[in-house]
Amino acid sequence: MSSASQANEHVAHHFESAEQQRQSAQLGMWAFLVTEVMFFSGLFAAYIIYRSLYPEAWTVGSHMLSIGLGGFNTIILLCSSLTMALAVHAAQTDKRGASARWIILTIVLGLAFLGVKMVEYSAKIEHHLVPGAHFHLDPAQELANLQAAGVQVGDHLRHAMETVNTAHVQLFFSLYFAITGLHALHMIIGIGVMIWLLKTTIEGRYSSAYINPVEVSGLYWHFVDIVWIFLFPLLYLVGRH
Amino acid sequence: MSEKHVIPVGTYVGIFTALIALTGLTVWVAFHDFGSMNTVIAVGIACIKALLVALFFMHLKYSARILWLYAGTAIAFFILLITITLSDYRSREWFPTPKAWSQPTATAPGASH
Amino acid sequence: MSEASTNATATAAPKSYLDDGSTIRSWLLTIDHKRIAILYLISITIFFALGAFAAAAFRLELLTPQGDFLSAETYNKFFTMHGIVMIFFFLLPSIPAVMGNFLIPIMIGAKDMAFPRLNLLSWYVFMAGAGLAISAIIAGGVDTGWTFYTPYSSMYANSHVILAVTGAFIAGFSSIMTGLNIIVTVQKMRAPGLTWFRLPLFVWSMYATSLVVLLGTPVVAISLAMIFVERFLGFGIFDPALGGDPVLFQHIFWFYSHPAVYIMILPSMGVISEVIACFSRRRVYGYTFVAFSSLAIAVIGFFVWGHHMFVSGQSAYAGVIFSFLTFFVAIPTAIKIINWIMTMHKGSISFDAPMLYAFGFLGLFLVGGLTGLFLSTMATDVHLHDTYFVVSHFHYVMVGGGVMGFFAALHYWWPKMMGRMYPEGWAKFAAIVIFIGFNLTFLPQFQMGYHGMPRRYHAYAPEFQIMHVMSTAGASVMGAGYLTMFSYLIWSLFKGKKASANPWDSRGLEWETACPPPTHNFLETPVVTQDAYSFDLPSVTCVLEKKDKPEEHRV
Repeated sequence: MSSASQANEHVAHHFESAEQQRQSAQLGMWAFLVTEVMFFSGLFAAYIIYRSLYPEAWTVGSHMLSIGLGGFNTIILLCSSLTMALAVHAAQTDKRGASARWIILTIVLGLAFLGVKMVEYSAKIEHHLVPGAHFHLDPAQELANLQAAGVQVGDHLRHAMETVNTAHVQLFFSLYFAITGLHALHMIIGIGVMIWLLKTTIEGRYSSAYINPVEVSGLYWHFVDIVWIFLFPLLYLVGRH
Repeated sequence: MSEKHVIPVGTYVGIFTALIALTGLTVWVAFHDFGSMNTVIAVGIACIKALLVALFFMHLKYSARILWLYAGTAIAFFILLITITLSDYRSREWFPTPKAWSQPTATAPGASH
Repeated sequence: MSEASTNATATAAPKSYLDDGSTIRSWLLTIDHKRIAILYLISITIFFALGAFAAAAFRLELLTPQGDFLSAETYNKFFTMHGIVMIFFFLLPSIPAVMGNFLIPIMIGAKDMAFPRLNLLSWYVFMAGAGLAISAIIAGGVDTGWTFYTPYSSMYANSHVILAVTGAFIAGFSSIMTGLNIIVTVQKMRAPGLTWFRLPLFVWSMYATSLVVLLGTPVVAISLAMIFVERFLGFGIFDPALGGDPVLFQHIFWFYSHPAVYIMILPSMGVISEVIACFSRRRVYGYTFVAFSSLAIAVIGFFVWGHHMFVSGQSAYAGVIFSFLTFFVAIPTAIKIINWIMTMHKGSISFDAPMLYAFGFLGLFLVGGLTGLFLSTMATDVHLHDTYFVVSHFHYVMVGGGVMGFFAALHYWWPKMMGRMYPEGWAKFAAIVIFIGFNLTFLPQFQMGYHGMPRRYHAYAPEFQIMHVMSTAGASVMGAGYLTMFSYLIWSLFKGKKASANPWDSRGLEWETACPPPTHNFLETPVVTQDAYSFDLPSVTCVLEKKDKPEEHRV
């Protein structure tokens, strides 16, 4: 009886049951994620079309990015997805304290991702790789730098470096900044959601009878992770062989 | 209450380990040349990772059919936009360029007559 | 349910949603879907007036072949304003956000939309987007056309593109919020017994519309965001100097903006199904075909966008495919038209104003749809592209289809929304005036377009003057019709006859509650045992009057 009334107090006036409310929340978030997929699809379309037109520019542009930082960020995001999943798990099993701790860890990992992203962006700004009037790239010089650094330069990369039109590399960087920027914006929104979730978790709003906000926030967080799972190979790992 | 499926923590950790391993794999294959399959392999691995996240972290495996339908719709329309747009770009060169266009100096009206 | 509501039932009928609070705060912070619908109705009426004002200005300019009333630049800004305001701030939200918001929860026996606060947020987001777009107009206007084609919009235009693009971008999110709400509401909140195939066809068409909104709107949002990035941050994405392709923008833009036509027309088709069934006293012929043709239009609509780009440098092969696929949209559309006509066949038709608008819809939309075939044929489109033929075609679809459907809905559900009847005689008069004015405006445009009058020019060759004069005269007639309608609707708010719960003797669930409905729509969740078109059965009396005998409800 007490658990039933506890469940009922979370059911908004216009829902018949907690289950109906939960299903609505889930469908709502998944439908929203459909729009998110389509939101990114325009940029991915531009990416794929320009990549198919200018493959050598993509090889060169990709070599200007750091696999170390990109890979590190991938690991960070995968970890944050795990912590998020565990936060939902803790909420499902009525472990409020554990849930709050996992959410804090998720926030920390999200901030770490953004920190690394800032390091990457500032390096690009420093190297004049931001598209626009100040864009500057000397492929011959870059090739020499790579060889001086002891990197084995394969025929594929050498050919790309020698034939690339640097204007096309600007296109690569336009899309790099647009896509990762949009992704970072989603991370920032996600961290905002997580902070709100932390606050409401500490206030004790969720129990195993009512965890809709935890669940749907988790869905959003995992989606942002999935976007990065695709961005990492598509931006950092082009023509590395 | 509803049948909320609680996935054991062990499964989450297992999936996480697989994701990390696949990340390593995608970096490893990037440094090897598989010819025209390079991009296919990279995107394929990413798809497997995304599927793991969706099925287990996002509980899709245990969710109602309607959520599968929506997730599938998103993927279908994503592919629709990209393939149809790409088909335009891929087929632009198919028309044979008239000789008069490809050799403007030799066949300019004034020169040939 | 709770004690409070049983008490209310026992004492008196509950207050209608209109009387439930009269402060400005109770309207601006409401989460009642019906009040949000009214907020939308007021807003889009204002935007409609703004768009019509722009149209009036450039129709005046077009009276004479020379550019004498508006300069070329001002003319460009006026037609852009007309397009942006009418499409993004009137047509797209018209039926979904006003009628969909108001009716869907009532039609499916729910107390509210699934996410009431998101619903209110959508209105604020809409107004924010509209505010930005209007500020672009006040700041000096935008001259790109509503399509914002690159590279003009991203590199060359010297007008306030960023403001307008941001406004349209933000308004898109409001559209998404409404669409998402409708999908979840229909999917999860239907009353017991209300199976999918007992749903009113309006609900089916709104569901299909919402799918298009969900899948398409984010894509146009990102295309506008790319213009923003290119113009504001200087990143060349479509810049030909960097190897970028402006046609790519058109692909991404039309991926949404073609299906957007179905966002405008599908809800109208739903309205027409309701109106024709009610005023013919017959069940809709081929219900399942009409229902699934909505979904078919929604899906096929996403395969055809390239027919806007036949002369843009798109591959001719892609053009052939797009041309071929475009014809397929005609199939579900024809199914609908034929089914509506079959519904009327041997029905007992009455010619009330909503039905007149429905007739208007049938005729005008048919012309719009059939002229679409000329434009989807690649060879004829090369001749007709960017002429007044196109202008006339899409006005027949969007005004003849979309707006006529909206007016049909407005009249049909006006008693439900406001609790007052509109004056029938005046309404019939206005419907006929608008129909005549519309045809006088746009029929000559087919003719001059066919003879080569290009769109978007403020000056033209003298031989087109007679047609342009006819067109402007027609626009004036149409304007008079709109003003008549606006006047009598406002009048009816105060002086109109009080409406009974079911003035049209309809069968849908929305007619089983009071006019206007109470805040929670129904006192108790209705149990549905029949579909919305059971005209062979007697109508179920108002739930509110039957409160003491719930067992008789809907048997």
